[in-house]
Amino acid sequence: MEEISDVQNIEIAGEGKQYIVVRLGTEQYGIDIKYVDNIVRNQRITRVPKAQHYFKGVINLRGEIIPVMSLRLKFGLEPDEYTNATRIIIIKLEQQSPIGIIVDEVKEVVTLTGGSIDKANTSDPSDPLIQYLSGVGKHGNGLISLLNISAVIVGRESKDVV
Amino acid sequence: MDVSQYLEIFIDETKEHLQTLSDQLMILEQEPENMDTINEIFRAAHSLKGMAGTMGYKRMQRLTHDMENVFQEVRSGNMTVKSELVDVLFRGLDALESYLANILETADEGTEDNDEIINTLNSIADAATGKTSGEKPAEVAAAPAPEGNVPDGGAKYGSIHITDFEKNTFEKAKAQNQNIFGVTVYLQESCILKAARAFLVFKALEELGEVIKAVPDVQDIEDEKFDMDFSLVYFTKESLDKVKAAVENVSEVKEAIVGPFEIVLDATEPEVKPEPEPVKEEPKEAEKPKPAAQPAAAKAAAKPAEAAQPAAKKSTAKPAVGRTVRVDIEKLDVLMNLVSELIIAKNGLVSINSTEEDTKSDAAFNEQIEYLESVTTSLHESVMKVRMVPIENVVNRFPRMIRDLSKKLNKKMELHMTGEETELDRTVIDEIGDPLQHLLRNSADHGLEDNDERIALGKEEVGNIYLDAYQDGNNVNIEVRDDGAGINVDKVRNKAIEKGTITAEQAENMTDKEIIDLLFRPSFSTAEKITDVSGRGVGLDVVKTKIEGLGGNIECKSVMGEGSSFIIRLPLTLAIIQALMVELGTEKYAIPLGSIETIEDVLVTDIKYVQTKEVINLRGTVIPLIRLDQILDIEASGNETESLTVVIVKKSNKLAGLVVDNLIGQQEIVIKSIGSYINCSKMIGGATILGDGEIALILEVNALV
Repeated sequence: MEEISDVQNIEIAGEGKQYIVVRLGTEQYGIDIKYVDNIVRNQRITRVPKAQHYFKGVINLRGEIIPVMSLRLKFGLEPDEYTNATRIIIIKLEQQSPIGIIVDEVKEVVTLTGGSIDKANTSDPSDPLIQYLSGVGKHGNGLISLLNISAVIVGRESKDVV
Repeated sequence: MDVSQYLEIFIDETKEHLQTLSDQLMILEQEPENMDTINEIFRAAHSLKGMAGTMGYKRMQRLTHDMENVFQEVRSGNMTVKSELVDVLFRGLDALESYLANILETADEGTEDNDEIINTLNSIADAATGKTSGEKPAEVAAAPAPEGNVPDGGAKYGSIHITDFEKNTFEKAKAQNQNIFGVTVYLQESCILKAARAFLVFKALEELGEVIKAVPDVQDIEDEKFDMDFSLVYFTKESLDKVKAAVENVSEVKEAIVGPFEIVLDATEPEVKPEPEPVKEEPKEAEKPKPAAQPAAAKAAAKPAEAAQPAAKKSTAKPAVGRTVRVDIEKLDVLMNLVSELIIAKNGLVSINSTEEDTKSDAAFNEQIEYLESVTTSLHESVMKVRMVPIENVVNRFPRMIRDLSKKLNKKMELHMTGEETELDRTVIDEIGDPLQHLLRNSADHGLEDNDERIALGKEEVGNIYLDAYQDGNNVNIEVRDDGAGINVDKVRNKAIEKGTITAEQAENMTDKEIIDLLFRPSFSTAEKITDVSGRGVGLDVVKTKIEGLGGNIECKSVMGEGSSFIIRLPLTLAIIQALMVELGTEKYAIPLGSIETIEDVLVTDIKYVQTKEVINLRGTVIPLIRLDQILDIEASGNETESLTVVIVKKSNKLAGLVVDNLIGQQEIVIKSIGSYINCSKMIGGATILGDGEIALILEVNALV
């Protein structure tokens, strides 16, 4: 419990938070489950001309039009290859309209307590992804990069790393 | 009592009454003798006071009460309507509006007492009744004991004092051979609705003559602030007996004592002045425990703090009242009927489906589909109508604004409005107020010349501003026009060159209209000098942005020396439009039908080049071609055809041809936003979902042309 003070964004001490673990390439990322509205299979995405390059377009989710972003492009990785495992996670931040993000695979839901989360290593400014992370979670043998989802959605791609 | 459930009604009705007051006051200022107007004002003020009282808004009640007193004096002819009076009354209305705004935000009226307005009102009312404010304390002291001076046999009317001013009316009445009676009415002890009885008495009396003065005064009687009796002075041509009979005819009246009235002058018997002041005292006392009721001087100092308070509240608290639309019950009935029909249509489809396979016929199915289609179309229309609100709701505050501006700028001007009944979508109505106000201010401030200048120019002295609204096809046009100086195009041109907005060569080639359009450029609004020179351009870009945000457009026409006009064109509805669906490569796009002129097949060989840009010559008009596939980064299909399908679109009076691959057809589409995450250019106005669940983007023609 003593470590809690070291960890950002821990609200419920002891109980921990649930994260949805997704895969992008070989890495695992965790998304706080409270922001996840829905997970849908990949579907037809309508391209929007002149949009930011990481926006793949819009989808129709039960009559609602939702913009879809490619996490891979946002993170500067290889473009998506759509497979059977590809999913669109619909994220709903408070007071904002929903937005979809494309991931290679949705793996599982894990519960991470404060003790198993390390602060993101902000000392390495060479990693452009650092601004999108809120911490690193340890689960079993693997590490999960926990996404600071509002930074991912709102943050500008070219934002300087502090 | 919990009155929160009535809050919405209260707010709606208060708005209506305030509007009535404002309108009627404007009329009253023009025609001070108009009795209908005065009565109307009085009624509105009275209902307002009653409602505020019921809801427990004490300050509002107090202010309306004092305004009502003034109206009362006007109504009884004790006061003539002057411009200063109207000014104070308007300030009162403003104060009431700010109470209302507070209530809207927080369900509380706030703590502003508006003592200054109340004092001014009271001193005006007092001046009219011949009292000086210095007399007040004496009156209050005398008030508790008027009963002590009851002369002969309960005829309390003998103690009614008459002011000098009222004496004049007495003399007039005498000259007209009218009888002057004093009447004291005693109600039965068992009477419950005293005010109602008193009202009936007044009504009966007013049929025969005129009630000049009542003790307690009419207001208090209406509020049941009297014992079992009241007295009044009465002019009539009828006989004493007839008057007595008329009064005693009212049920629950115990006795009416009627006798000739002798004038008792103020000076001779000041101590029996029976005007009971408790009414005026009461609200003040009620206020005392509250922290806000401070001496006026302290009040003024406290004001800024108080002003800050509601502002702070605003940011935290949600508005106490949601946005509502008042709907005509008939419109709802139509909706209800259509929904029933929809259910019938659905049942029809179900029954076709459940009938035996062999009897299932395409004809019956198609029939039901057609029926369903007609029902949904009507349903759409009706729902749209429910959202439609007359533009009146926005524009009715403008006459007042122009009046204020006229005083402030010291220019005589008049606002002429037509087409207030034109209906627009609620969302548009909510947004259109500010731009219109801006344009009107522009016209009043910069458009119209000074009065002297106008006379020198041979124009009529009073400047005219026109606000015309009218429907034009699927659009509503709102025109703000003035007969002022107009825009000095040359000065605008020079300034534009000076500022580097355009080069001198560009300026040479630009038409006057194009120069005027420069005023809508954002860079112009910040340029202070240009506003002094041209008198236009302050925030016109803001107006333009707002109107384009509503899917409309604005244009300006101006003739030097004759005035200028701004024409705002707005779509009737926002949510659902007719659109032409087109195909580009594998993608589908919707072009709003409203902006389409024609569709042409153009041979590739007919394409000409002007300054390396593709144009076509269509029946004498040169129209630039826009290759949508290039603009929208669509992979070209590769196969060159001999002819192109070109959709000719129009933006105000500019034409352009959009090259598309295929036409799909006309369709009614529901506009949906694509959200704020995607920073696509203005070219995409939204998206819509097609019948098969696919998404088509809507092209914003205004941004393309």
